[in-house]
Amino acid sequence: MLTATYAVLFYLAAAVLVLGLVARAVRYARTPAPLRVPTTPAPTSRGGAAVRVAGEVALFTSLFRSNKWIWLFGWLFHVALLLVLLRHLRYFLEPIPQWVVWIQPFGVYAAYALAGALLALWARRLLIDRIRYISTASDHLALALLLAIGLTGLAIKHFQPTDIVAVKAFFLGLMRLDWQPLPADPLLLTHLALVAVLMAVFPFSKLLHAVGVLFSPSRNQPDNPRERRHVAPWAAALERDQR
Amino acid sequence: MSQDAFDAPPLSQRPEGLEVPSARPGRSAESRSHRAGAEHQEALGFPSDIPDDWQDRALARMEELLARNRSLRVYLDACVHCGACADKCHFYLGTGDPRNMPVGRQDLMRDVYRRHFTPAGRSFPALVRGRELTWDVLEEWFTYFHQCTQCRRCSVFCPYGIDTAEISMAAREILDATGLGQKYTNEIIGKVHKVGNNLGLPKPALEDTVEGLEEDLKDETGHDIRIPVDEVGADVLLITPSADFFAEPHVDGLMGYAKVFHQAGLSWTLSSYASEAANFAMFMGSYEHMKRIAERIRKAALDLEVKRIVVGECGHAWRVAYSFWNTLAGIGQGADADDEYARALQDQLDRRYPVPQHICEMTRDLVERGAIELDPEANAHHGGVTFHDSCNVARASRMGGYAGGQLEIPRQLLRASVPHFHEMADGTTGDATFCCGGGGGLLTDEVMELRVRGAYPRASALGEVMERQGVQKMAAICAICKTQFAKVLPYYGIPRETVISLHELVGNAVRLDRTEA
Repeated sequence: MLTATYAVLFYLAAAVLVLGLVARAVRYARTPAPLRVPTTPAPTSRGGAAVRVAGEVALFTSLFRSNKWIWLFGWLFHVALLLVLLRHLRYFLEPIPQWVVWIQPFGVYAAYALAGALLALWARRLLIDRIRYISTASDHLALALLLAIGLTGLAIKHFQPTDIVAVKAFFLGLMRLDWQPLPADPLLLTHLALVAVLMAVFPFSKLLHAVGVLFSPSRNQPDNPRERRHVAPWAAALERDQR
Repeated sequence: MSQDAFDAPPLSQRPEGLEVPSARPGRSAESRSHRAGAEHQEALGFPSDIPDDWQDRALARMEELLARNRSLRVYLDACVHCGACADKCHFYLGTGDPRNMPVGRQDLMRDVYRRHFTPAGRSFPALVRGRELTWDVLEEWFTYFHQCTQCRRCSVFCPYGIDTAEISMAAREILDATGLGQKYTNEIIGKVHKVGNNLGLPKPALEDTVEGLEEDLKDETGHDIRIPVDEVGADVLLITPSADFFAEPHVDGLMGYAKVFHQAGLSWTLSSYASEAANFAMFMGSYEHMKRIAERIRKAALDLEVKRIVVGECGHAWRVAYSFWNTLAGIGQGADADDEYARALQDQLDRRYPVPQHICEMTRDLVERGAIELDPEANAHHGGVTFHDSCNVARASRMGGYAGGQLEIPRQLLRASVPHFHEMADGTTGDATFCCGGGGGLLTDEVMELRVRGAYPRASALGEVMERQGVQKMAAICAICKTQFAKVLPYYGIPRETVISLHELVGNAVRLDRTEA
């Protein structure tokens, strides 16, 4: 029963996450950008614009210029999250690639960094009056959810080690449509349930910034409006009607 | 004009790191633009009064805009409330009203978007602060979306590039559709559609003004420097903000352009039909009205059979010209072979020059080619000079063939035209420049307190170089900046004459020794 519940939960969460993000990306891609609006100085070529977006994604370049504290905690959180996720690949891959083995200890350090960075970001949200002013309940909940996932993960690691062989069998079973029993440890079950919740709310929340940054016209457009004529489909129709 | 209803904040001694005020909700709520009356609404095809179904209309318009404008949709979704933008807006730094933080302003629309257009907001409004679009909310929109100069400083610093200008433009479109237009902007757009410029200056008046200027030029220089109007077959069509025809210090800039054209021996003309570079339709985000205004320039260029189009000193105008004219009216290059509409003009124009070309680009090229010579000593009497990067030039356009030319080319001209050039504090120039506080449709007296407070970051940086470097002039390349600074700098104890047109300095420096043909 427990295994079946979690299996269905993860299928649903994964479906919502993937379909939700794809639907959102398709919607962004299909919505025309009628005017050239890169924030200048901007690269004049498509390649240059791609590099600019890559810099925002990997290094948070604009945020670095903007606010060193938010950059530090925000970047630390995201890199730590990436490492932690990569560490977890061992539950989904068999055999485990050597590089995944190699990063295992870094994934643990990263979990501490992740929790620390989230606490720091939360403290800013609570202590700085202008950031408190703009914060919504969902902003606090997102932090709480991520922090709870990180802390339960750490607690499993240090206080209530679970049968990780069985956990791996469960997830491989999910992927192979051959369900295997999930250990009934409370911390593990909490950790996994919270992850499923995060996956499911992702496409409906501000976590969408992960997709949005790729589609931001002020960052991803090359600065070439004098050299090329860009006309959105609806604007071209307007022009045809006019004549 | 009463100057006593409020005090300007004292200038900061640390303009590179201004103190961030703590949030004081409602601090700036009283600075409200006048509502457009019936005639100014009707002239633009907007409802003249508030229709009974205003909420349906507003939401319908919002839905349309979300479908036709990617930036709006992405920007409403992407914000994570990180707060990086919170201390970047000149209006927040000057007023402390949290609705003047970029995110605070955006959230006025974002909260409504969530409530009406997202599953999370429809189901759990309290969780994501979804807000029903009530009349009070719409009134708040009117107040605060008309406290944004659309300067894009927030966009530079946002990790996702979220541009409040895009959101305030959309908000103003929605307000227009519900009958809540802004008087200043809508009245002016009506004049452009009817007469061809923001001032409503008809051809005879324009010719008269220009004749007077030619006489002034003759008196000043002894040369017959012309300012031609409607000369068919001229090589260059100059499109300049109409403020250049009469306002101070703008008009000295126009005379500067004339000296450059004269000395370089270029044949040029103004157009009485398209006698306005500024395109205020951008302020309210209306693609249709922007297009209509831009098409006057296309028609003038075709009718006058010119080979080049040059744009005078104006910030938002240069953004529309550089970034949008090609899209809106085919004024540019690179249109497809089967794009007859754009080709009609593009095939007529000289491909060797960028279309449109900024007056600074043109003058710089003339200097580089040796067609004109500049003598900085001619401006020695001005003492030190600094340069104010206009927001829309710096962050929404380009000059020259490379990224960042819009920051360098005006400086190259200034350095060649004045003996002592000084930069203002880091973080207040280049693409981090602070807006003058009067752009985006706010150059209207009823929001004077807001304008003064919005100029606080720039005034602080200017005050510092005046005190420390002996700077006496701040050159600008935008009609709005010039008008705004001339009006608000005195509130900070800085003389209005401090602001000067870049091309006035260039004009002083040009050696006028061309042998008359």
